[in-house]
Amino acid sequence: MVKITFVESNGTEHPCEGDTGMTLMEVAIKNDIKAISADCGGACACATCHVYVRQDWQDKTGQANDLEEDMLDFAVHVKDNSRLSCQIKVTDELDGIVVDMPENQY
Amino acid sequence: MSETIKTDAVIIGAGPVGLFAIFELGLLDMKAHLIDILDKPGGQCAELYPEKPIYDIPGMPEVSGQQLTDQLMEQAAPFDPTFHFNRMVTGLEKIDDKTWRVTTDENEVFEAPVVVIAAGGGSFQPKKPPIPEIDVYEQTDTSNGLGVHYAVRKMEAFKDQDILISGGGDSALDWVLNLQPIAKSMTLVHRRDVFRAAPDSVNKMRALVDEGKVNLHIGQITELVGENGQLSGAHLKPAEGDPIEINCTSFLPFFGLTMKLGPISEWGLNLNENLIEVDTEKFATDQDGIYAIGDINTYPGKLKLILSGFHEAALMAHHAFKRVHPDQKLTFQYTTSSTSLQKKLGVN
Repeated sequence: MVKITFVESNGTEHPCEGDTGMTLMEVAIKNDIKAISADCGGACACATCHVYVRQDWQDKTGQANDLEEDMLDFAVHVKDNSRLSCQIKVTDELDGIVVDMPENQY
Repeated sequence: MSETIKTDAVIIGAGPVGLFAIFELGLLDMKAHLIDILDKPGGQCAELYPEKPIYDIPGMPEVSGQQLTDQLMEQAAPFDPTFHFNRMVTGLEKIDDKTWRVTTDENEVFEAPVVVIAAGGGSFQPKKPPIPEIDVYEQTDTSNGLGVHYAVRKMEAFKDQDILISGGGDSALDWVLNLQPIAKSMTLVHRRDVFRAAPDSVNKMRALVDEGKVNLHIGQITELVGENGQLSGAHLKPAEGDPIEINCTSFLPFFGLTMKLGPISEWGLNLNENLIEVDTEKFATDQDGIYAIGDINTYPGKLKLILSGFHEAALMAHHAFKRVHPDQKLTFQYTTSSTSLQKKLGVN
């Protein structure tokens, strides 16, 4: 089990556990985190599972690929550290990761 | 008010499940009209992931969203369905025990004994950028180009306006190219200097920028400026450097679509977390003649799978038959062996 914490824009923390191979989006949905909408169910097609990856974790999550960058154009509150959580796979390396979530996904 | 359209079943939503409902209703001699807010059939399959493969349709090891849509359209074709695209269903009211009246935002009126809600995640609506007080400047009159618009219905409305367009996809670029010749000024803002629109459109836009006909800024709009609801400008936070102000009387943000339940929540149906509660015998709601199938419904054990929606469509149709043809006896038949079904399909 890999520990992942999702933080709402108001600071509320949601500590979760995920299995390697899942995506961060799937972990959020499984744990009923409302701030992640994931309308398209993980097809990298809707930009409603938007998260911010804190700087010290960016090496481990990697960078958004071209398709994901294209989809981020549709997201709101986009920042330099924006990612779509359906495109980040849970690995052992990510144990303890904290990701922030935007105020809303639309 | 336009003339009332009378039919056997009105299907709200032309996604995969709505399309298959045409087939199941058709086999049992029920004609259908479909209404969808998109400009094409397929729902999420066509709008969100037309090129992405789906692996869990029985008998189809791999099929793209668009292929599945095309195949369902072909399968439904013998039943001659009528499609009404670019419309949102706004009203649903009971006329008498046998008739429901459905109205749309284009003022069409339908009357039918059966209404099938196959609306998936709700209706696709434009995403609003997170700009404070953007709603103050939103313009609902499509013939008035002033203010904030999420779509262009009448180009003429934008003649001689200072237009600001935001976004990097085909919608944004198409409207930059189409509106620039009639605009007083044209400004395009995108968060990065990469555009996912068709390369030809991007080249044309870049040429207009070089000619000084389009102002291109890389950054994000943070604030709108105006008085008494009249838009006059926007603040832009560039990717690099100090904030700047842009003159604009029209603002067109193109940030894609999102799904909202919309007017369905106002029809007095039993809802559970924005889903419509149905039984699992006939997928009927608590209102006689109103059915809900596909992702929009909920029941114990519900799985949001396309294949579940197909099953729900078949059971719905067998029950709806009794409302549409109360004097006829329904005999269960197979398409493999029934001559009458094969005649309806045009294969015998």
